[in-house]
Amino acid sequence: MHRSEPNADRFLGIRISPLTRRRLEAFRRNRRGFWSLWIFLALFVVTLFAEFIANDRPILVRYEGGWYFPVFTDYPETTFGGEFPTAADYRDPAVQKLISAKGWMVWPLIPFTFDTINYDLPSPAPSPPSIVNWLGTDDQGRDVLARLIYGFRISVLFGLTLTALSSVIGVAAGAVQGYFGGFLDLGFQRFIEIWSGLPVLYLLIIMASFIEPNFWWLLGLMLLFSWMGLVDVVRAEFLRARNFDYVRAARALGVSDLTIILRHVLPNATVATITFLPFILNGSITTLTSLDFLGFGLPPGSPSLGELLAQGKANLQAPWLGLTAFFVLASMLSLLIFVGEAVRDAFDPRKVVL
Amino acid sequence: MSDASGAAPLLEIRNLSVTFAGRGGAQPVEAVKRVSFSLNRGETLALVGESGSGKSVTALSVLQLLPYPIAAHGPQSNIRFAGEELVGAAPERLRRVRGNRIAMVFQEPMTSLNPLHTLDRQIAETLLIHKHLSAAAARTRTIELLHLVGLPDAENRLGAYPHQLSGGQRQRVMIAMAIANEPDLLIADEPTTALDVTIQAHILELLKDLRDRFGMALLLITHDLTIVRKMADQVCIMTAGEIVEAGPTDEIFAHPQHPYTRRLLAAEPKGLAAPADPTAPEMMAAQEVKVWFPIRRGLLRRVGGYVKAVDGVSLAVRTGTTLGVVGESGSGKTTLGLALLRLTEAEGHIRFASTDIVMLTQRQLRPLRRQMQVVFQDPYSSLSPRLSVAQIVEEGLKVHRLAASAAERRRLIETALVEVGLDPEGAERYPHEFSGGQRQRIAIARALVLKPRFIVLDEPTSALDMSVQAQIVELLRELQARHGLAYLFISHDLRVVRALAHEILVMKDGKIVEAGATEQVMTAPEHPYTRALMAAAFDLAAVPA
Repeated sequence: MHRSEPNADRFLGIRISPLTRRRLEAFRRNRRGFWSLWIFLALFVVTLFAEFIANDRPILVRYEGGWYFPVFTDYPETTFGGEFPTAADYRDPAVQKLISAKGWMVWPLIPFTFDTINYDLPSPAPSPPSIVNWLGTDDQGRDVLARLIYGFRISVLFGLTLTALSSVIGVAAGAVQGYFGGFLDLGFQRFIEIWSGLPVLYLLIIMASFIEPNFWWLLGLMLLFSWMGLVDVVRAEFLRARNFDYVRAARALGVSDLTIILRHVLPNATVATITFLPFILNGSITTLTSLDFLGFGLPPGSPSLGELLAQGKANLQAPWLGLTAFFVLASMLSLLIFVGEAVRDAFDPRKVVL
Repeated sequence: MSDASGAAPLLEIRNLSVTFAGRGGAQPVEAVKRVSFSLNRGETLALVGESGSGKSVTALSVLQLLPYPIAAHGPQSNIRFAGEELVGAAPERLRRVRGNRIAMVFQEPMTSLNPLHTLDRQIAETLLIHKHLSAAAARTRTIELLHLVGLPDAENRLGAYPHQLSGGQRQRVMIAMAIANEPDLLIADEPTTALDVTIQAHILELLKDLRDRFGMALLLITHDLTIVRKMADQVCIMTAGEIVEAGPTDEIFAHPQHPYTRRLLAAEPKGLAAPADPTAPEMMAAQEVKVWFPIRRGLLRRVGGYVKAVDGVSLAVRTGTTLGVVGESGSGKTTLGLALLRLTEAEGHIRFASTDIVMLTQRQLRPLRRQMQVVFQDPYSSLSPRLSVAQIVEEGLKVHRLAASAAERRRLIETALVEVGLDPEGAERYPHEFSGGQRQRIAIARALVLKPRFIVLDEPTSALDMSVQAQIVELLRELQARHGLAYLFISHDLRVVRALAHEILVMKDGKIVEAGATEQVMTAPEHPYTRALMAAAFDLAAVPA
């Protein structure tokens, strides 16, 4: 029913208000944050396709006129004229020979996945960087670069999921408290005080002793405690906004509480929330890393930056482990902080852009 | 007092231009264009204009307090103060002038005092900096100044913090700070706009008195023509950054030359409400309405007392008539309006269209909400900044399911916008693209689209410029005549009330002190409080209430 205005401002196809346009401009103007976002996004997208970059099986096999995609499916060795009906091990020289005899294959850039053990090392593991293992191997002979790519992906995905879920819960809790106020607010606040007093690390250690923590378990456990970060901010915005004239006007129109919250008050809290998000993401990634570092995180064998750090600490004679983990973590967290700063500036109405 | 014909004026501004750099590639804005005027000792010059006319920017340029380098002066801009050029003067020189020889009083007394400093420190600061007085001498001088500005019980108030003072008292403290060093020039930027009328009268009297006593020059910035007429010797009328007319006050008021000046002078709300049928049915009737906010004390939060915001008010608003509610800030006018709409909890009887609505739940009340609406004071805060005009206006239609289809809803929105004098083409735009007056029209359209029978108008004109006020009053009158609306019109501005209300209620501390037909209350007020209010509003005379 909306008539289309010819000169409506659009961003990614969505109609935006001039205010949003101004914020986008302000964000773009912060060169550091703007480029950090692009670099981070590029890294993230690249690592999302980690299987095509670092894998111990080829992307594409051409064998006897047929096309095979080992990245997606397992083929038994017999497919390529081998002897065993088990999944083909493409790193096995015998299999490689069989395939290259009657066809060819395209390998990913890095021919290792995160748990591939390179048995063909020139020196005992951890072995230093070489032509084969660009960043060396860890103390179990696994390629550091491959683990890094997968570890980066899992860290960011974990961080994003945790951030998204805890924001939803935090915003909802803050909204209810701030909007209704009174005893509900008081009670909830006291609950949060008690809840945030629980020792999270001990709980995780105890839980780790009788369940095998995996990605989702960790996510759930962390979520139990991480949603409180946003509550205070959102609650404060709601306490302020519920007395705004346009909220009163909406109540005078007979609008229901839920609609008022979603339509009139929540947009006020989005600025505060969005400003916080990069920092919460940072916090989530750091938490996962530190748990992995301590050994209470993802199950053994998973690619993880924290585990790499721990290896670096245990193998001081192999500085490429610690240094790699340090530089990757430091740059990832810095990129996110720079993005966060730019977002904060973009939403700051007092920030004068010249 | 420009008799010293040979002597140079105290302040002389020649070709002052101020340009603000555009944000994010936008065009630079020329806020002040080649403004020239001069001011002598002992004289008062009023810069008059509506918001955005550049009058405050002009005043801030005198002290060079603009956000340089975003703001820049034009090449020929000259500000000569006592023979000294201020444009581009060195910071040290400016600091010696600021607060010492030129002082300024700002509009908002709530924010221009530092909330963490006591009165003693606020005032003594400028004495210590500029006069290098000893602490004891500064203290004596501070007490003297507070006496001078008429702050009662000054000796015991030295340790008070700003929040312990009322608005008028704070403005007095601001003035005491400004005159502490006996400046040659006092710039008062809307010094009374944030204050109640009776306090406004006192403050203006004080400024006049101080000007005469110290032979100061007073640069008064205001939009209020009544103040100009009472205070100023010279007037400069500003619009869109330019002075369109300047001259002695009497002459300008008697023979305005420029069309804008004429429009401004004609813009004061005039006329009376159209006669109404005194036997029309009562749309809203309230008996003994009380809104008491409990004050809780102690560990167990026991109710120790009450703030009686509205204390036993009875009123009746008839179809097609307007009841004006008049009073100063804190008198409970707004709370009364909210109570009648059940937007705040109240006791007593409130009958709306012969239904007692006090005991109804919010759910039961919802169908009635359609018929009783509200328009708030500040059109900048009463419209959600993130919704388009169409979304704002259609909200009520959606809640009450008043439109069968999107097309019909669209039609109703457009009708409402046309009715309040807005172009329906602007429906997809956002509130910030509209001026204050247009925004207030949007707020009225939001109420009107539901076809209500009773509207609470909570100071709908007081945040608007004078000429816009008159238009809104006109619009409200027209809508009332067309739809037979009942208005509860809350205002502290008696001029607007007189132009709109058939009957009037005067409130003080939550109680009604006087009620009756508008003309009767205005011409022959009985209660002393009403009399003081009328004197302050119409003659700017300070009468002890």
